[in-house]
Amino acid sequence: MIVPFGHVLLVAGIIFALGVFCAVVRRNLIMIVLGIEIMLNAVSIVFVGAALRWNNLDGQTFVLFILAVAATEVSVGLAIIVYAFRRTGSFDPSNFNLLR
Amino acid sequence: MLLPLILFYVFATVLVMAAVAVIVSRNPVYSALSLVLCFVTSAALWLLIEAEFLAIVLVLVYVGAVMVLFLFVVMMIKVESPEEVMFPLSQWLPAAIFGLIYLAAAVVMIVETPGMEVSLRMLTATPAQFALYVFEHHWFSIEVISILLLLALIGALCLGIGKGARREGVRADSVSTPPEAASAAVEEEI
Repeated sequence: MIVPFGHVLLVAGIIFALGVFCAVVRRNLIMIVLGIEIMLNAVSIVFVGAALRWNNLDGQTFVLFILAVAATEVSVGLAIIVYAFRRTGSFDPSNFNLLR
Repeated sequence: MLLPLILFYVFATVLVMAAVAVIVSRNPVYSALSLVLCFVTSAALWLLIEAEFLAIVLVLVYVGAVMVLFLFVVMMIKVESPEEVMFPLSQWLPAAIFGLIYLAAAVVMIVETPGMEVSLRMLTATPAQFALYVFEHHWFSIEVISILLLLALIGALCLGIGKGARREGVRADSVSTPPEAASAAVEEEI
């Protein structure tokens, strides 16, 4: 017997809230992507805990897919960030107004 | 059976503190390193709740590849000045209000969900069992994911050697240098 399922959910909820805070409050594109990574990590913790709670490997399979999609998102997102930095010379999303 | 319990709470505490360090630190390099600690501790957490293969994959893929990519990008481009990192004070009130609403909804959801007190048993899904399960039930999704990763590779490559670099006159082999250094190099050549 290890911890109750609620404690896993509690830890993941705290981590997810911290990730939302990081993604919303910081004004740096790299920090926003880091916040999204924290949120994905929290969701993965919930999935792994639920896979153990209901004794079903579907949860762990979904975490595998989350990892793959997150790696995709990070690579394309960082490429876009570098491209935008080359065009505007800034990481602040409010400076990305080239269409205006 | 007390040791896994203690380890779980220790790792959970370190995880939360590492996430706080990601948010608080002003330098993106320190934030990325704190996120590495965050991922390592959550891999330890996954080992405790019996996802061995995923814990190893998390360390290999995230700490090994993704965070190194982050560090490359952060160190490639100059770090932003610390003044404009946070929001102005006038936006803190609506942010706090919506955050409290969100927190209340989360607390209600956690309290209302049945079966919170069920203790998790020690079960082991070995990597062999996990692989058999995945390739028996989800083989098509695995193929789709592999195509998605290939497309992401091509997309990142196209963005990396895109129009912006060519317009600045940067040669194709010095694409990854920041614009100041690249233009300085071009000036030196001239």
